[in-house]
Amino acid sequence: MEKKKIVIGVIGADVHAVGNKILYHAFTEAGFDVINLGVMVSQEEYINAAIESNADAIVVSSLYGHGELDCRGLREKCDESGLRGILLYVGGNIVVGKQPFEEVEKRFKAMGFDRVFGPGTPPETTIAALKEDLGITD
Amino acid sequence: MEAVLLIDFGSTYTKVTAVDVTEARLLGTAAAYTTVETDVGEGLSAALAKLEQITGKVTYQKRLACSSAAGGLRMVAIGLVPELTAKAARLATLGAGAKLIGNYSYQLNEDDIEEIDALKPDIVLLTGGIDGGNSEAILHNARMLSGCRCDFPVVVAGNRSCARQVAKLLEPKTSYVVENVMPQLNRLNILPAQRQIRELFLEQIIRAKGLSREAALVDGILMPTPAAVLTAVELLAKGCPGHPGIGELICVDLGGATTDVYSIASGAPRRDTTVYKGLPEPYAKRTVEGDIGMRYSVQGIPEAAGYQRLAEVAGLSEEKARELVEYLAAHTDSLPDTPELEQMDFALASLAIETAVARHCGTMEQVFTLAGTALAQTGKDLTGVERLVLTGGALIHAKKVEEIAAHALYSARQPESLRPMQAEVLVDQSYILAAMGLLAGHYPISALNVMKKELISHGFAQSKN
Repeated sequence: MEKKKIVIGVIGADVHAVGNKILYHAFTEAGFDVINLGVMVSQEEYINAAIESNADAIVVSSLYGHGELDCRGLREKCDESGLRGILLYVGGNIVVGKQPFEEVEKRFKAMGFDRVFGPGTPPETTIAALKEDLGITD
Repeated sequence: MEAVLLIDFGSTYTKVTAVDVTEARLLGTAAAYTTVETDVGEGLSAALAKLEQITGKVTYQKRLACSSAAGGLRMVAIGLVPELTAKAARLATLGAGAKLIGNYSYQLNEDDIEEIDALKPDIVLLTGGIDGGNSEAILHNARMLSGCRCDFPVVVAGNRSCARQVAKLLEPKTSYVVENVMPQLNRLNILPAQRQIRELFLEQIIRAKGLSREAALVDGILMPTPAAVLTAVELLAKGCPGHPGIGELICVDLGGATTDVYSIASGAPRRDTTVYKGLPEPYAKRTVEGDIGMRYSVQGIPEAAGYQRLAEVAGLSEEKARELVEYLAAHTDSLPDTPELEQMDFALASLAIETAVARHCGTMEQVFTLAGTALAQTGKDLTGVERLVLTGGALIHAKKVEEIAAHALYSARQPESLRPMQAEVLVDQSYILAAMGLLAGHYPISALNVMKKELISHGFAQSKN
């Protein structure tokens, strides 16, 4: 079966590169075709990369607390660009300060993200979710 | 002595250059005006007669030519996302020495097809999707292009997964499938497409443009003139085995209608903390500013730089500047023969170079993050390039050329623009760059040495901040 393609990167003015590299290796190891945009990625870059590569999912990381502002409108822009229904994940320290995760998850889901992951999520959790949502059976 | 004749069939001039390749010596150059496009053969005879007056009778071992006659190599480039494959297609087209007459992205519609039919391109470059990526757009575009009434060959350099299907859909158009211009995201691979364009130019375009008769007079019209210039400056920068080049450089060709900028430099981020954004650009990069020129496109210069600035650099009133620009646009053959026109041409050349080089170079953006300031670079960082080669009539004959050249450099007006900090100014006084690009194919060492001798240094220009 053809590998599923995912676009990853750290959104906004965020320069946290280590987690991004770990995710790249973990996803690749798990059998995905990973397009890594690195750090300081704009919404348009995720969308452009997903269009050219015909990606199955966009996985957004954010570590610096401004994720909520950075992610706003991404789903709408995807819809507008013809990426209707593309799987959108977000994870990391995605909000300012310590807030109950259930509330954070609710807010990001309302913004159109299919899955929301809190701080300290191991890559295996995300990989399992991707496999489930993309219908990959081992 | 082994002499080689190099010919540049231009749209208004036919230029001839004679070189003794054993001694790496320029024997002479001459040019003749060609009134109508079909008369290039006549132009060649006239230019050769003039050349013979300088060199005496010479037997040439080889006659090589390049051509920008009949509008040059006119191409349309099609991609998917404007910043990705459509840009890769544009870079490939310009680097092949073509004139880019249309650049399309996403799915072509009926209006685009009508427009392409009206443009009558010599070649269309069709790209879209990385390998294994999007195929919908390129398949759609192939289907649409097959309906064009105008006949042109199509170079297909997109998603390899559907390349054969694309070729099939393009029928009855002839197509040539080559490697993807962007096989992986943000990885540029434009040489295979460029080789194919060059081959088509040699095999078909010369004939289609009615230049076969001229081609028969020589040992081949090898490439479009801009491709010859790019070949020459690349050789000049890199050298050849055992013969070092002069190092990374920028070359500006300022013409009456367009301004071409070439950079032969890596342009990679100079600090490892800088984050590079977007498509990496080619080591040998060419851009063309169709709105910036000394006569036919003279109005584009104040449009880009502003009349206030133009007047200030010229040392004239804004009113006078407007009047002179209008005059030059209406009288495209006028020479700077009054002090005012001379001041005006100085300012126009300065700001044409400033605009064209700024558009060619990359930019640096300062981003404030929680971890401090970060730098994001887009395009080539040419701040460390130390050679600036100037060519084109307006620059070769200009006075105060190093002052004009200084406008190509870094300026506090546009601190984000990654232009050279300081550079030695080399002027192509004998107008031989295109000829040396032709010579480079057979006699690279001679071509390199002739350029080293004939490009005249005008000292170092410093950025004026």
